Amino acid sequence: MTPLGGYLLIAVLMFAIGLAGALVRRNAILVLIGIELMLNSANLNFIAFWRYGPHPEALTGMMFAIFSIAVAAAEAAVGLGLVIAIYRHTHTTEIDKINRMKG
Amino acid sequence: MTVVFYLIAALTVAGALAAVLLKNLVHCALAVTVAFGGLALLFLSLDAQFAGFVQILVYIGAVAILIVFAILLTRGSDVPKDGVFSPTWLTGVAIAAAVFAVIGWAVINSVNAIPQQAAVPHVTVHDIGIALVGPYVLPLEIVALLLTAATVGAVIVAMHEKGGSE
Amino acid sequence: MILIQEVVSSFTPQTTASAISGILWLIPALPIVASGCIALMKQPLRRAAATFSIGSLGISLLLSIAAFAHVLSGWLAGNAVRESVNFTWMRFGSSAVELGWVLDPLSAVMLVMVSLVGLLIFIYSTGYMAHDENFTRFFCFLSLFAGAMLGVVISNSILLLFMCWELVGLTSYLLIGFWYQKPSAAAAAKKAFLTTRVGDIFFLLGIVWLFAQTGTLLFYDHGTGSLEPLALASLLTQHAALGLTAAGAIGLLIFAGAAGKSGQLPLHVWLPDAMEGPTPVSALIHAATMVAAGVYLIARVYPLMQAGVPAGGVTTPLTVVTWVGASTAVFAALIAVAQNDIKRILAYSTVSQLGYMMAGLGMGGVAVGMFHLITHAFFKALLFMGAGSVIHGSHDEQDIRHMGGLKKLMPVTFVTYVIGMLALCGFPLVFSGFWSKDAIIEAAQHWTTARAPFYMLVFGALLTAFYMIRQVSYVFFGNWRGHGHAHESPRVMTMPLAILAFFAVALGAIGSPLWPWFRSFLEGRTAEFGFQGFSEPGLLTLMATSSFVVFLGLGLGWWIYGNKSPAPEAPDALQASMPRVWTVLQNKFYVDELYGATVIAFYAWWARVADWLDRRVWGGAVAAVTWMFGLFARFDRFLDANVVDGTFDKGCEELSTSGGLLASIQSGLVQNYLRILALAVVALVLILFWSSRP
Repeated sequence: MTPLGGYLLIAVLMFAIGLAGALVRRNAILVLIGIELMLNSANLNFIAFWRYGPHPEALTGMMFAIFSIAVAAAEAAVGLGLVIAIYRHTHTTEIDKINRMKG
Repeated sequence: MTVVFYLIAALTVAGALAAVLLKNLVHCALAVTVAFGGLALLFLSLDAQFAGFVQILVYIGAVAILIVFAILLTRGSDVPKDGVFSPTWLTGVAIAAAVFAVIGWAVINSVNAIPQQAAVPHVTVHDIGIALVGPYVLPLEIVALLLTAATVGAVIVAMHEKGGSE
Repeated sequence: MILIQEVVSSFTPQTTASAISGILWLIPALPIVASGCIALMKQPLRRAAATFSIGSLGISLLLSIAAFAHVLSGWLAGNAVRESVNFTWMRFGSSAVELGWVLDPLSAVMLVMVSLVGLLIFIYSTGYMAHDENFTRFFCFLSLFAGAMLGVVISNSILLLFMCWELVGLTSYLLIGFWYQKPSAAAAAKKAFLTTRVGDIFFLLGIVWLFAQTGTLLFYDHGTGSLEPLALASLLTQHAALGLTAAGAIGLLIFAGAAGKSGQLPLHVWLPDAMEGPTPVSALIHAATMVAAGVYLIARVYPLMQAGVPAGGVTTPLTVVTWVGASTAVFAALIAVAQNDIKRILAYSTVSQLGYMMAGLGMGGVAVGMFHLITHAFFKALLFMGAGSVIHGSHDEQDIRHMGGLKKLMPVTFVTYVIGMLALCGFPLVFSGFWSKDAIIEAAQHWTTARAPFYMLVFGALLTAFYMIRQVSYVFFGNWRGHGHAHESPRVMTMPLAILAFFAVALGAIGSPLWPWFRSFLEGRTAEFGFQGFSEPGLLTLMATSSFVVFLGLGLGWWIYGNKSPAPEAPDALQASMPRVWTVLQNKFYVDELYGATVIAFYAWWARVADWLDRRVWGGAVAAVTWMFGLFARFDRFLDANVVDGTFDKGCEELSTSGGLLASIQSGLVQNYLRILALAVVALVLILFWSSRP
């Protein structure tokens, strides 16, 4: 197990946990938390490959991660705003109940 | 693989697990904060200091606070009667496990074939700044736009109906 | 008169047609056009209709006289004229249908006779039909008849002749049934048409055979016509059944057609019934012209009938013609003795005289038969018109037992009628009938094949005199036994009578042995005037014999019927003495009943069989097909409703259900979407990993 492998495995584990949380929990906010975890694991992946991959001086991995963090923050803001707005309408945050866009 | 790595890893994973398993939403939010911190430490151990500090600043300083505010505004602190897990939680867990299994197996099988250098890269903030306004200026500007749009959008979406747009 | 064959070679072949033969077609065309115009006129336009008819026929008469003059001048110059104008009507493949007309002595004489007698009868009809409301229709049909008859006369193509022949038959039907509201008239018209049709079928067969054999429809066509030596020779080489040559068989077939039209023995039944038509119709059609068309036809195709004559003998067709003619002459004369209707007596007399004409043709040649035809036309028309005058004057009475004493009440009619009657009987020397009938009897005397026709014809002459004097004494002598007051007919009716009476006498001059002009004219030779004709051996004896027979007949009749005026209900004097014979004669030898029992009964049975066949067999076949189609239709519908529709409906249902199923994937639950995404990621990674393996 190389160091890179270790980091990658941690990232995969965190990804799986985040995915499980998004798939299993009923509260919308927890789904968002799960998504944040998944994003973070992806960031970890990027940084790990930047550190152990060729040409770290190109800063590709680092840049990716930084931008990812920025976008994730914006997305979290909008998403949570949406959850609040929906809560105002339907007085619930359980996503089982929010299925008005069914086919 | 040093002991430090294992410790930080264990912390992060524990935090993540706690975030998805705890019933009280506020506890989940705090646990995910711990997970974010653990990740920051991992970044630091990977010599990505700037990324690590940005992680702390943004994720723990903004996103986690945001999550707590959202929980506050949606009365998430009350525990729902029907349970926090969906009735089909097993399927979700199975799918997540499948994903973990497949990607993990891919990693294990291929990681030894990747050339890995042990040399520590020296990256200063100055370098990152130059890179941002140099090769990466376009993504920078787009992200700026994106952040603006996100801010405006979030404000509009979350506004009270009386003062908001129909 | 010596029996001489028709000498064809005396006719110079004509290379150019003269002016008159170029416009010869106008002679039948004008009356037909007049008929067409009258058909479009309204009923009250009587004067116009009569003017059209009489005018057109008058012009035709003038043209006929001009044509006759042309032929006559040619004959006087020593060139016998035979001019034909032919044209092609249709072409199919290598053969063609050709029509045309011919101007020769035979057609010239017939043209003048038909148009003259026709014109006189037209004038007579304006008076006779004056009280009838269908005056215009009458003249329309009369004109059409005149045109058609003239067409028959000038036709050079056997097909054109047949077409005009059929047209003549049609107009005869229309005119017999003129008062169609009377059931007897309608039935008589139908009977006439059907009976002549029987003859016409044989005629048509003859035409087709002739055309097939000779390849031409024309009679005279510069050497290639069907009556010219080349064609006749080819006909003689072909053999038909029963030992006949093709010429003989075709001759017999054509004679069958003539027999129908001219009322010869088996097909005579329609002529007496045809008296249902108005009297002018009887005069024109059933005395002078249409019935003469059959005799004319035989005269026209005489070269064919005569072809291949063995030395000193007679051809088969002419033998048949003679026997049929002679039998008809006696048969009809016997029946005429026992009739009581004035027109019916004359009708049977016509049948009898037609038999004489046929016998004359068979035994004596064209001139002998045609001479009697010409003279008979005039005096028979005279007799019929006289009878019409009598009927008109005695207020539509037709039974002779209800007439009488008209000698004083209708003098002009009486005189002209007696002239006609004496001409018919053949009163010696003065009247034309004597010379024409004598010619026939003389020919019979010289006939080598058998003597029986001679005796039959002499007996017929006796009967003719007998029944005519019977009729005259019933009608004109004795006391008036009818109802109302009898009066003379108007001038417009008596004038034609007088003209015809003149001809009944004068025509004798052209055929007597003193000056055998008629025969010479027809045969294209010169005629010598002089008494040498009388030096024939046996001629004077024969003239004396026939005179004696006529006097005997007249005397017998006068002695039995004379000036007596029997009561209408009393039986006839002859009937009282031989009642059974009288009954047979009065019932016309039961021929009609025989036909009714055999031919008509068979036909009715056949019609029933055909009807059964049609309804059961063919109808059944159609019904079976229909039923089968119905079966197919029901099966189809079953298939359509259950299989096709069922499949389609089920398919649609399945589609709808599966659509519903697929729609249920859109649950609106975000977590489900996410789960599927994750599964997709798993699949993607697997694919990527496996595809990148070496």
